[in-house]
Amino acid sequence: MSSDTTPRYEPGEAEDSLRDERLHVFKVNYYYVQIPCEVTLWILLASLAKIGFHLYHRLPRLMPESCLQIAVGVLVGAIIFGTDHKTPPVMNTNIYFLYLLPPIVLKEGYFMPTRPFFENIGSILWWSVLGALLNAFGIGLSLYAICQIEAFGLTDVDLLQNLLFGSMISAVDPVAALAVFEEASVNEQLYMMIFGESLLNDGITVVLYNIFIAFSQMHRYEEIESVDVLAGFARFFVVGLGGILFGIVFGFVSAFMTRFTQNISSIEPLLVFMFSYLSYLSAETLYISGILAMTACAVTMKKYVEENVSQNSYTTIKYFMKMLSSVSETLIFVFMGVSTVGKNHEWNWAFVSFTLLFCLVWRAISVFALFYISNKFRTYPFTAKDQLIISYSGLRGASSFSLAFLLHASLFPRKKMFITATLVVIYFTVFIQGITIGPLVKYLDVKKTNKKESINEEVHMRLMDHLKAGIEDICGHWGHYQLRDKFKKFDNKYLKKILIRKNEPKSSIVSLYKKLEIRQAIEMAESGMISSAASTASFQVHRLSPEEVESMRDMLAHNLYQVRQRAPSYNRYTLGTETSEKQAKEILIRRQNSLRQSLRKGHSLPWGRPVPVCKLLFVDSDHVVSAMFSSQRRLRSLESKQQHKEIIPMAQLNRRAEPSDFTAQTGSSSKLDRSATIRRPALMPKPQFGTAVMRRYESDEEEEAAAAASRQSVKRATEKRDVHFHKAQRRK
Amino acid sequence: FLSLFLLLVTSEQIEHLHRRFKQLSGDQPTIRKEHFDNIPDLEFNPIRSKIVHAFFDKRNLRQESDGLADEINFEDFLTIMSYFRPIEMNMDEEQLDHFRKEKLKFLFHMYDSDHDGKITLQEYRNVVEELLSGNPHLEKESARSIADGAMMEAASICVGQMEPDQVYEGITFEDFLKIWQGIDIETKMHVRFLNMETIAQCH
Repeated sequence: MSSDTTPRYEPGEAEDSLRDERLHVFKVNYYYVQIPCEVTLWILLASLAKIGFHLYHRLPRLMPESCLQIAVGVLVGAIIFGTDHKTPPVMNTNIYFLYLLPPIVLKEGYFMPTRPFFENIGSILWWSVLGALLNAFGIGLSLYAICQIEAFGLTDVDLLQNLLFGSMISAVDPVAALAVFEEASVNEQLYMMIFGESLLNDGITVVLYNIFIAFSQMHRYEEIESVDVLAGFARFFVVGLGGILFGIVFGFVSAFMTRFTQNISSIEPLLVFMFSYLSYLSAETLYISGILAMTACAVTMKKYVEENVSQNSYTTIKYFMKMLSSVSETLIFVFMGVSTVGKNHEWNWAFVSFTLLFCLVWRAISVFALFYISNKFRTYPFTAKDQLIISYSGLRGASSFSLAFLLHASLFPRKKMFITATLVVIYFTVFIQGITIGPLVKYLDVKKTNKKESINEEVHMRLMDHLKAGIEDICGHWGHYQLRDKFKKFDNKYLKKILIRKNEPKSSIVSLYKKLEIRQAIEMAESGMISSAASTASFQVHRLSPEEVESMRDMLAHNLYQVRQRAPSYNRYTLGTETSEKQAKEILIRRQNSLRQSLRKGHSLPWGRPVPVCKLLFVDSDHVVSAMFSSQRRLRSLESKQQHKEIIPMAQLNRRAEPSDFTAQTGSSSKLDRSATIRRPALMPKPQFGTAVMRRYESDEEEEAAAAASRQSVKRATEKRDVHFHKAQRRK
Repeated sequence: FLSLFLLLVTSEQIEHLHRRFKQLSGDQPTIRKEHFDNIPDLEFNPIRSKIVHAFFDKRNLRQESDGLADEINFEDFLTIMSYFRPIEMNMDEEQLDHFRKEKLKFLFHMYDSDHDGKITLQEYRNVVEELLSGNPHLEKESARSIADGAMMEAASICVGQMEPDQVYEGITFEDFLKIWQGIDIETKMHVRFLNMETIAQCH
């Protein structure tokens, strides 16, 4: 009876509980869903807090987001502690290293700006690797010295444990610092240094941590010999470099896979994530650094995958990655909060305060020492201001806490003290340093960067790259740019052919341009172009900037192609609204459809087709320019018909007015105008006419020395118009 | 400017450059355009012609006249190289500004091929086409559109809101300076050899 009605209670339940006395209509069973439910609640709470955080404008400027996350964690911890609830065992070594850590690492690696990273890679490697080592050993050894002092009651903490603690606590997590930097847009070099450090630091610290743990687990670890130390040293390199190699291999494999996924674009994100995760796991199998493997995989993969996958997959990957890493971080911070308000503490004034002191001191020492040396090799050394900022941005975060939390209590009897000390350092750095670093950056007036995404900039940068490479070739030296050029050549020749679909290497200028055009096209389409009538001066676009740019473009086109400006009657302000408006509507609708279609298919705007924006912009009066941008084929058929028609009136006009001298020209111009005005109804609607003239202009341009012709056409309206017409006529 | 440059460069580096000059010129006292064809790696550079052209551009050589020189001697060679040296930390504001202007002028001359002091749409198009010429899959259309877009951007930066009858003829040097205002060219336009030991030598 009851066993039939309650099948859910099957596994592990005692016999008695299966037997109820009555049939229950309504039952509550919380234990069944406890773990997932609580996890979900924590995540939701953190998300809600984030929403609130960003809604209240002043908060993000005051403090970094990590503060908020920790606060939420503490809150949850307080609730759990207060209700004396038994926390579900969500965090243990396996879960942390296998599930919580990878998403965070992946996100960091994927969103890394590759170019500045590789330009500064020498400094970054030098600083991250040696900085981590220096910090770890420095803090460890200093603490060991402190532990020797009898008065503090720490003599049972031996050297190895101190070194381990040092390596744990030197894991830097400058997310907060980076957020501040991004908001203050500090110069790229500084940003890259800290970003690069955060990327590599985790990997290195975990490697060190594992080595020390391995030492602790050695059978007779009291008698560690120099052989073992050397082995540890060698292991460090093997683990680090092996990880990177692994990652690169996996990156290439996954990029290769995405080459063939045109027809099933929905599995593209899956490929990306699974391959990265696999790289992590297989590296961990061999005791190689999974973190470095995953980072290298993400960096390698990104370039090729972005070219191959559809627009939707690209967006999915981005957002899913962010989501996953956000979930992991939240969970870790909740755990931190729970631990804070728990009974896991052992407070020892000396240990805690000296830890904090040594963290700050050693960071400053490592920064100034290492940068002093690396500045000698840099063309643009880091100033003292920069170095001060870097040393101040050594915030600790979730990784230190996790490593402390996961220590085996059996091997480390003073584990609780470690946890306490770690927590104190984290709270101090995140809250106090995190909040004050913003004002500090502003106060020191650190050099800023101008991150404007403009076509001009892209073109100039490209030009400069080639220029520098060329100059280096000429003076016969190898330098950065040559290496980069060589890599690019190799990349284009072999790698891209293998890894990218359809063999269409797109240059960065083109992709930037495309990106900007897409953005603008969507903006334009969204702001309801159909409703804007062409009756008044320009488009009634709701937003100011597109209108400005649009009128700018109008102006430029209007003036660069003076040929169309004949008489006031053709001025765009007094142009009859009918034809142009209808045409505008038609073209707009056509363009919107094709835009929607292409976006739906999941492909970015195909480059072969005309770019919609240009067409949209010039709908008003500058059909000429739009015609130029649009597919020549379609209009050519129209044009050829009109050309014929246009030639006749022009030829007739020519016979009437001889272009002997300037006055004659102006004279004929007015005649032309008049006759043109008269002929207006007879002519085809303006756009095509304009097109026809444009075509002739184009051919002129191609045949003659272009520069002279275009320049003249720009400068003097009247004269040029006529000269041009005459030229055109002479040709025919 | 050249003398300032010479003060800051070691004799070793000048030696090296002189050797390279001799190598290129075939032991002649002057170099002509054809001599640059001997550099194999330069072949693949899409803006090769502009770079070579820049060496012979009289405006870059600080000669009063305009146009192209037929041949340049070692001093001219060094003059061109001086545009690429990195800035020193101990320069004052005025020197830095002057320096920056010089570098930007060099770039400007690369764009402005007809020497009229303005970068017109056609010239800009030319540059973009050359830049993208290494990529066989791009049509000329694309290069044109890009140049047009860039030109319009430049117009909006330089002139702001234009009257309906205003003409935007081309980017003048002042406009060019405006566009480059946010970007620090000093850190980008330099070649490392000029303050480090040589790493390798390509023949």
